[in-house]
Amino acid sequence: MGSTTHGGQPVYYFIPQPSHWPITGSVALLLMGGGAAFWFNGYAAGPWVVALGFAILLFMMFGWFGTVIGESESRLYNKRVDLSFRWAMSWFIFSEVMFFAAFFGALFYVRNLSVPDLGAGSITGNLLWPNYAAQWPTVGPYVTQQFTPMGAMGIPLLNTIILLTSGVTLTIAHHALKAGHRGALALWLAATIALGLTFLGFQAYEYIHAYSDLNLKLSTGVYGSTFFMLTGFHGMHVTVGAIMLSVMLGRVLKGHFDAQHHFAFEAAAWYWHFVDVVWLLLFVLVYWL
Amino acid sequence: MSSIPHDHAAGGHEHEHAHYPGGIMRWITTTNHKDIGTMYLWFSFTMFLVGGVMALTIRAELFQPGLQVVHPEFFNQLTSLHGLIMVFGAIMPAAVGFANWMIPMLIGAPDMAFARMNNWSFWLLPPAGIMLVGSLFVPGGAVSAGWTLYPPLTIQNGMGMDLAIFAIHIMGASSIMGSINIITTILNLRAPGMTLMKMPLFCWTWLITAYLLIAVMPVLAGAVTMLLTDRHFGTSFFNAAGGGDPVLFQHIFWFFGHPEVYIIIMPAFGIISEIIPVYSRKPLFGYASMVYAVAGIAILSFIVWAHHMFTVGMPTAGLLFYMYATMLIAVPTGVKVFNWLATMWRGAITFETPMLFALGFLFLFTLGGFTGLVLAIMPVDIQIHDTYYVVAHFHYVMVAGSLFAFFGGVYHWIPKWTGTMYSEKLGRIHFWLSLVFFNVAFFPQHFLGLAGMPRRIPDYATQFTDWNMVSSIGAFGFGISQFVFLWAVIKCIRGDGAKAPAKPWEGATTLEWTLPSPAPYHTFETPPVVK
Repeated sequence: MGSTTHGGQPVYYFIPQPSHWPITGSVALLLMGGGAAFWFNGYAAGPWVVALGFAILLFMMFGWFGTVIGESESRLYNKRVDLSFRWAMSWFIFSEVMFFAAFFGALFYVRNLSVPDLGAGSITGNLLWPNYAAQWPTVGPYVTQQFTPMGAMGIPLLNTIILLTSGVTLTIAHHALKAGHRGALALWLAATIALGLTFLGFQAYEYIHAYSDLNLKLSTGVYGSTFFMLTGFHGMHVTVGAIMLSVMLGRVLKGHFDAQHHFAFEAAAWYWHFVDVVWLLLFVLVYWL
Repeated sequence: MSSIPHDHAAGGHEHEHAHYPGGIMRWITTTNHKDIGTMYLWFSFTMFLVGGVMALTIRAELFQPGLQVVHPEFFNQLTSLHGLIMVFGAIMPAAVGFANWMIPMLIGAPDMAFARMNNWSFWLLPPAGIMLVGSLFVPGGAVSAGWTLYPPLTIQNGMGMDLAIFAIHIMGASSIMGSINIITTILNLRAPGMTLMKMPLFCWTWLITAYLLIAVMPVLAGAVTMLLTDRHFGTSFFNAAGGGDPVLFQHIFWFFGHPEVYIIIMPAFGIISEIIPVYSRKPLFGYASMVYAVAGIAILSFIVWAHHMFTVGMPTAGLLFYMYATMLIAVPTGVKVFNWLATMWRGAITFETPMLFALGFLFLFTLGGFTGLVLAIMPVDIQIHDTYYVVAHFHYVMVAGSLFAFFGGVYHWIPKWTGTMYSEKLGRIHFWLSLVFFNVAFFPQHFLGLAGMPRRIPDYATQFTDWNMVSSIGAFGFGISQFVFLWAVIKCIRGDGAKAPAKPWEGATTLEWTLPSPAPYHTFETPPVVK
């Protein structure tokens, strides 16, 4: 069950040889974490240490993923390994869901509990800030800053359409892969990446617009905090997803994957759809309501 | 290093001589679950000593009223780091060490599903440990707001707090990768015939623990990220002036923190469930109900978090909900305790060291569970919140619970790990010293808490002196007793003892005892068939 052949002999399991990539990644994260702590506390060397750590991390990712791709292309991974990857990617995405859940939970809490509790009518509000209106969006009772909240129907709606479309184009690419239409696969995958980059471009424009025209900043009370942290982490995930898809496009152009063996592609697609779903929640809960 | 996978078929079979780089590089680059398990266990023991020295400094300060050993600011750093290091550095890695060593052998797999990622899960811990311990030496010192990291204090701490935040991020990544590995191994690499409901219970408890870890470690990462941006980038998550709320942090933290306490105890449940049947020479009583009980505890663990926050000012309906939900956990926990008792009922029991620790666990963990029920009663909790009663409670479940189970597990499996039997005499000395000194250290803390002594303070009213002195004596006795354990383990590693047979325990039935002792470097490269 699940075994394939390698060198004429059955290989029931796949176990990699000793590897120096993990320790490389550990050194990278030590430099990044330690360097960031020094950076944020005003030490001039901090950013350089972070940059060095990040460079080592990139080196590790190129090396490690390269090794995995090489093993995959050598057909060392049998069906059992494939299933392991599927379980692992599913649980990884679940962990990402829980990460976003923390921030959505914070949004729920401030909108429904902490902000109302600061307004007139509540004990806290009456005692401390009787003039505070406690309406969402808010900069808080004590921060004095005029700002315009981000509307939902302009760029955010456009971005929603772009991301949903990218989910469709990616699915078309997947079908093309399964049908063996390599040209269509590359084309639709490239279209997906282009849509992702367009999304990121609009997002960047929106941030500039928020800072320069709307006076809406990360420090704009708890509205600015939740708005930028939620959309920012989502944007980071779109970036990572676009990088994943670009790697897949590169592999497609090199002739990797066939109708049976393409879990890397599927994993990137799962991730992309996950990012898509998070955006829908953002659009409704952060921009619209 | 060659990245070409090793061709199992070419060289031979299970007893093929292991080939790996020599010296330290063996340990740095290893993809072997036994090597990685060993490293986890040694890292855990090292951190146990580091956190233990902090605990003993705390107890030295509290030996008598007044300030004599450390400054109050440093005392606060010690209590905070002691908690973080013991939870994330000692107990959790010990549990993962057991998982690495035992799960592949218990389910008849050759290794973990992702052997390279397994290495990274371990090697992320030393950087995190360096950052946590190193934070003592940066300007402003380490985090000093307690291991729970509550704002606003943690917003005001110095850069030691930033190091703690990044250490938590890194340890979280380690836990998530380790958990994905464990779940995938259990779901996908079981030997033919090993159905889920035939798995040794240790695998079940870890499967569910890993699920909890993946669910809550990202939430903790989110919470400390919000702390970081509140500290440095002007966000207002926990700042009422900007519309946020410090209590929000407590909700997010305990949404992680309560499942976390089950993450700490459930692998211990698993070990106890392996030990008791062996030395009672009877199958585990109520296997299926044990599985459902663990699953029930895991599900309930997500809806009880606010019982840590009974005093922050919640609506009465909320207080009542969290009180009753918390009490519900006593039901599946009771199922487990009674099943362990029923396993022993009319068994042919012998009292080797692992069984002694299991029995110690059973008595003391249950006592800790009872004080947990006392604390769950909201009107009572409001009186004893943040007193030494709470400290006594969670040390009963974490030290006499998890740690005792891990000691029992080490004695139970060390013949398989090293090929040498431990010294029964040393094991018994270790057990009885630990048992007595543990109770001397922590039982009086119930009295102190009920009398009103707050936790996390370096000085106290003179009325608390007597029991604090007793507690400190017990703590030092407990700390010193652990060197007996270290000695017993080192003797086994050096082969100083009777040679262990493949199955040293008469009542043992699980797959690891079908392997020679010590277990070969690679085991079950062709899977056993389980009937």
